[in-house]
Amino acid sequence: MQAEAALGRVGLWFLIALLSVGAYLGAKDAGFAVHAALIGVIALGFMVASARRFDPLGRARGFFRMPEGDSRYDDDPVRWATLATMIWGITGFLAGLFIAAQLAWPMLNVEPYLNFGRVRPLHTSAVIFAFGGNALIATSFYVVQRTCRTRLAFPALARFVFWGYQLFIVLAASGYLLGITESKEYAEPEWYVDWWLTLVWVSYLAVFVGTILRRHEPHIYVANWFYLAFIVTVAMLHVVNNLDVPVSFLGSKSYPLFGGVQGALVQWWYGHNAVGFFLTAGFLAMMYYFVPKQAERPVYSYRLSIIHFWSLIFLYIWAGPHHLLYTALPDWAQTLGMVFSIMLWMPSWGGMINGLMTLNGAWDKVRTDPIIRMMVMALAFYGMSTFEGPMLSIKFFNSLSHYTDWTIGHVHSGALGWNGMITFACVYYLTPRLWKQSRMYSLRMINWHFWLATLGIVFYASSMWVAGITQGLMWREYGADGYLVNSFADTVAAIKPMYIMRSFGGLLYLAGAGIMAYNFAMTLAGKLRDEAPMTETPHDPAADRPLPAAAPVAVPAE
Amino acid sequence: MSDYESLRHFADSIGLAVMVVLFLGLCLWPFLPGKKATNQRMAQSIFEGDDDGE
Repeated sequence: MQAEAALGRVGLWFLIALLSVGAYLGAKDAGFAVHAALIGVIALGFMVASARRFDPLGRARGFFRMPEGDSRYDDDPVRWATLATMIWGITGFLAGLFIAAQLAWPMLNVEPYLNFGRVRPLHTSAVIFAFGGNALIATSFYVVQRTCRTRLAFPALARFVFWGYQLFIVLAASGYLLGITESKEYAEPEWYVDWWLTLVWVSYLAVFVGTILRRHEPHIYVANWFYLAFIVTVAMLHVVNNLDVPVSFLGSKSYPLFGGVQGALVQWWYGHNAVGFFLTAGFLAMMYYFVPKQAERPVYSYRLSIIHFWSLIFLYIWAGPHHLLYTALPDWAQTLGMVFSIMLWMPSWGGMINGLMTLNGAWDKVRTDPIIRMMVMALAFYGMSTFEGPMLSIKFFNSLSHYTDWTIGHVHSGALGWNGMITFACVYYLTPRLWKQSRMYSLRMINWHFWLATLGIVFYASSMWVAGITQGLMWREYGADGYLVNSFADTVAAIKPMYIMRSFGGLLYLAGAGIMAYNFAMTLAGKLRDEAPMTETPHDPAADRPLPAAAPVAVPAE
Repeated sequence: MSDYESLRHFADSIGLAVMVVLFLGLCLWPFLPGKKATNQRMAQSIFEGDDDGE
């Protein structure tokens, strides 16, 4: 029976390999041919692996010291996704540093494969979808099992979700470098990669909903609401924004169904909700589980978390048009996007307050526990960027900030500060638990990571504020003769020092992540660093005694 | 009336009213009498048992 199953698998992989050879031979363009070859090589690899009845991941599991044996929860996909979070994180930060350096020193543009235009989507997709996406897969599978007190539904499908998602990342990233792109921000992958992601995402939804349906709990914990909203909404956004007609089924090029301003609106409805549901709802789910767990106290207000949830769901979906202020979009739609963005400020701050107040009575942990420190910083940046965002979406501010580096600074205070910090905190929480260690290899290294990352964000955000406002003011400056005073090249020259400072910030952030990778690897190897505890409270014998009883006041004798 | 106008009118009137009522209802849901105990239990639920697995 087992042999037959193995033979069936060999046949299946062989069929896929044959199909990809066909796709390779018939390919209309070089990029599609490279992707067909990639699929073919993977299929051949699996065919050989199945033929030898060799567990393809057995050796890799040993290398990464994955604990063996049955456990109460199905944590294998969580471990893989945590590993992938680390690896893609470093890749994405490195790509980010590289393109930041390209802006400061243009000779770093290596044509054609490593120019700014191709590496920039590689950076954004690597940090958002690869680093953030794997963190979401890892934490959602971890949290849903524990809050529902059941194992993952469809374990094989859960593994397909993880590996299928990695294939999506590889196809998307290699495609950008090969010049395959739909040119829609955060939705660059071409039609066949979109179809693959749809398949993976529907499987993800099936595993998540299946697990919730099997729960041994009467109610569904609020973190799962946020995860579910993230999965369902991203499915909807992805499908609608990628309604494309391929030129050929054997070529990578496709054209979108919506054109002109409708296309732009659909794109930014997608784009902003990718921020709202991928980078906010999903990461808030992490916040609502891991912050209370690490602080060892329940969320400040469960009611507020429900109001936070429904307000985000009802408001975020309308905010997209603020990306298209002062464009061909009808004025009422621009105003609608602006008004809903301003309204979003309230639930966002409600959520931030809910997270921070969870530490009520445990604020000392900010001093002693570097993971809590990261979570607090993440929430602070969540608050800051959700204040800055609505502000920038007001037409008055947007007329200055739009198309400038202020937007880039805003995005990074949210992405590095909120998404990055909360992900690091969750990985530090998860790693010892998933690899059955008592703690991370070193707590002091977490502290180093915290300070390097924080300082990196400060350099990044402040230099981009200055650069953005400089650009905005220079672009709009008119002379007495009614002509613009500055050429575009003048503004580029003016902000070059800011670009160098931004690269330095990115370098600090990457260095922090490098320390994290080392700490992570040592924890997997089962080592504990011999180090002084985070806080010293030296014993002072002189002070260590009861308060002296109040001395009787000497009353002078009569 | 064009499709655009009829959809606009629907969105401005019934659509808007339904969304507002639905939103307010969902936000008031956790304040219903008797929900207090559920909220408290759910907030504490993540601390029950040995949740880190074996």
